[in-house]
Amino acid sequence: MDNRNLAIKIENISKCYRIGLKETIQDNLFNTVVNFIKNPLKNYRVYRSLYNFDDVNPDQDTNPPDVIWAVKNVSFEVREGEIIGIIGSNGAGKSTLLKILSKITYPTSGQVTIRGRISSLLEVGTGFHPELTGRENVYLNGTILGMRKKEIDRKFDEIVDFSGVEKFIDTPVKRYSSGMKVRLAFAVAAHLEPEILIIDEVLAVGDARFQQKCLDKMKEVGQHGRTVLFVSHNMPAVTRLCSRSILLDGGRVQQDGPTHEVITTYMNSDKCSKAERRWPNVMEAPGDEVVRLCGVRVRTQDGLVSDVADISQPVRIEIEYEVLQPGYVLRIYYHVINEEGIEAFLPLDNDMAWRQKPRPMGRYVSTSVIPGNLLSEGRYFIGPTIGTENPSVKRLKVNDVVAFHVIDSMDGNGARGDSVGHIPGVVRPLLKWETQFSPKAAHAEKTEV
Amino acid sequence: MFGNKMKDTEETGCSSADVVTIIQPDSGWKIINFKELNDYRDLFYFLTWRDIKALYAQTVLGFSWAIIQPLVQIVIFTVIFGKVAELPTEGIPYILFSSVAVIPWTYMSQALTLSSQSLLQGSNILGKIYFPRIIFPITPILAKLVDFGISLFIVLCIMLYYRVSPTWNLLLFPILVVMMMAVPLGIGLWLSSLAIRFRDIKQAMPFFIQMLMYTAPIVYSASSIPEGYRLLYSLNPLVGVIEGFRACLLGTPIPWLYIWPGALTAVLLVISGAVYFKRMERIIVDVI
Repeated sequence: MDNRNLAIKIENISKCYRIGLKETIQDNLFNTVVNFIKNPLKNYRVYRSLYNFDDVNPDQDTNPPDVIWAVKNVSFEVREGEIIGIIGSNGAGKSTLLKILSKITYPTSGQVTIRGRISSLLEVGTGFHPELTGRENVYLNGTILGMRKKEIDRKFDEIVDFSGVEKFIDTPVKRYSSGMKVRLAFAVAAHLEPEILIIDEVLAVGDARFQQKCLDKMKEVGQHGRTVLFVSHNMPAVTRLCSRSILLDGGRVQQDGPTHEVITTYMNSDKCSKAERRWPNVMEAPGDEVVRLCGVRVRTQDGLVSDVADISQPVRIEIEYEVLQPGYVLRIYYHVINEEGIEAFLPLDNDMAWRQKPRPMGRYVSTSVIPGNLLSEGRYFIGPTIGTENPSVKRLKVNDVVAFHVIDSMDGNGARGDSVGHIPGVVRPLLKWETQFSPKAAHAEKTEV
Repeated sequence: MFGNKMKDTEETGCSSADVVTIIQPDSGWKIINFKELNDYRDLFYFLTWRDIKALYAQTVLGFSWAIIQPLVQIVIFTVIFGKVAELPTEGIPYILFSSVAVIPWTYMSQALTLSSQSLLQGSNILGKIYFPRIIFPITPILAKLVDFGISLFIVLCIMLYYRVSPTWNLLLFPILVVMMMAVPLGIGLWLSSLAIRFRDIKQAMPFFIQMLMYTAPIVYSASSIPEGYRLLYSLNPLVGVIEGFRACLLGTPIPWLYIWPGALTAVLLVISGAVYFKRMERIIVDVI
């Protein structure tokens, strides 16, 4: 067993919420008002009961119907210097667990012991005030994150340098672009020097170059022997940064082990495999005022929407989106990630018809074909991204929205030949093999001459 | 493994790697963790600065508002209660009589209002980062001291105009300032945590402030209260602060009979407020 010191010890942590009882629905405004006036006492009891947990117990199944367990009997240990990924679908309890660890909320039962200064980046820029200048916000945000003024004084130049907003450091933050705000905020957070750092999806912000800067910074933090807990939906990032991961499901630890194993389990759970995703309501779809995603589909060669494709058959990926503001040149690409969280490749839209061409408003479907005999067996996840050039902004990015399964029918014509076992590798192209043969006798004659 | 299991305390040695934090459902016995507050003392400074700067940001008159507001109130009181209603002031010019009372009153009412709303206002920060929650209701108590200092300057000008000479009563001033801070702190601790659970507090706040104003001897003199009710009246800590300010700045006899009971109430408010806040602290984020 690892003999490094324990940094975090979590023992049977549970946390429950009361969702509150259903409100009686009134059919008109008058009744609503009357009801509201009639029931102050009832309201008082309801609001009071919301935080009373004397009657709940995580070990029993008979709990009141209005209680929801966000985290239930979670236990694990983290050693100094470990970088641990925490993954799981939405509502699995990841955020609640992080909030307990960072003392934002308290567990209903159980105990956590933490050794060392702990800092959490649940969202960068917490406490930024628009009326204050960049300089003042660096100090305010820094002290909120637990730094001392002296510490910030010492690191100030470095922080400003990292953020790249030197010129505007004495301008009120309300005049900043959202990108500048995020960069400045992350710069402050990145210069915290806690022994334990908790990070929740902050890497989803900023442009590609800045994201890379952030990832590098995180790696550096890890190399300095600090402990990092990293919550993300970005499987390639988790794979790259974390050696061990924990999979949460329904508030419980489902698996705890080497990252690639845990990610395989997660990716294969039916939570995230679907051949099609649609957003019927454009205004609620991912994206912004310029472009929004309407749907993503996987089609097999015969044109059917299907999540199973034969290894020798091509797969069509269709990305449907709506341009809401004309005049932007779009950049469309998607991530293809396998079940171990490894990025297989990143196809970029190179349709000559729309290259460098500002797009009018309307609906578009961008289709690309992944050829057959390229990917190896297994499940693949598609995460589309749409950005604009000029200004270079990422308008939307959705991780793992659709998935498909590549299967090998083993008919003897494939790249695996007659082999039946597991074949490693992200790709499995059908290569052209040639064999030259010289009979042994002829060979022997040649050497004798 | 961990060396020991002290609650929220440090092992011996200075390295922060030795800090051991234990997170449990029940809170410890400590009402206020002063050591932790001390670690965050720079945050007080920047939050105070934020409050001050944000309040006057993008106003033409800027900081002058801190002078204009109490000045206008003094003028209104002097005209209405001094000239029109002609309330008795024991021979003190009404403008002097009301201004020494308006200054601590303005401070207390503003600090109290801000403090009781502080947790609701800061709810977006509360859910994302931990720092001692008690910093929220305390910050306005400190931030408003700046305004208090500025408006005190007005009173000094008025005193100079009426040639009021300082007396030994001035020695009481620091104690009165502490008491003046304790009142909104105590009530703020109570109301800010109550307001999280019951938004009714926010709705009731304007009435509450108005009621407080008329229960305090701001426009009238405490001596106009009937003899039999004086003890009850003195339990209102605002009475002691305001009458104390009058005595302290204008040199009238020190009203110990108002100061002692008021101070007692103020201390009780702060202690009970801190206990209640401590109890509510852990559920704030879940209820907000």
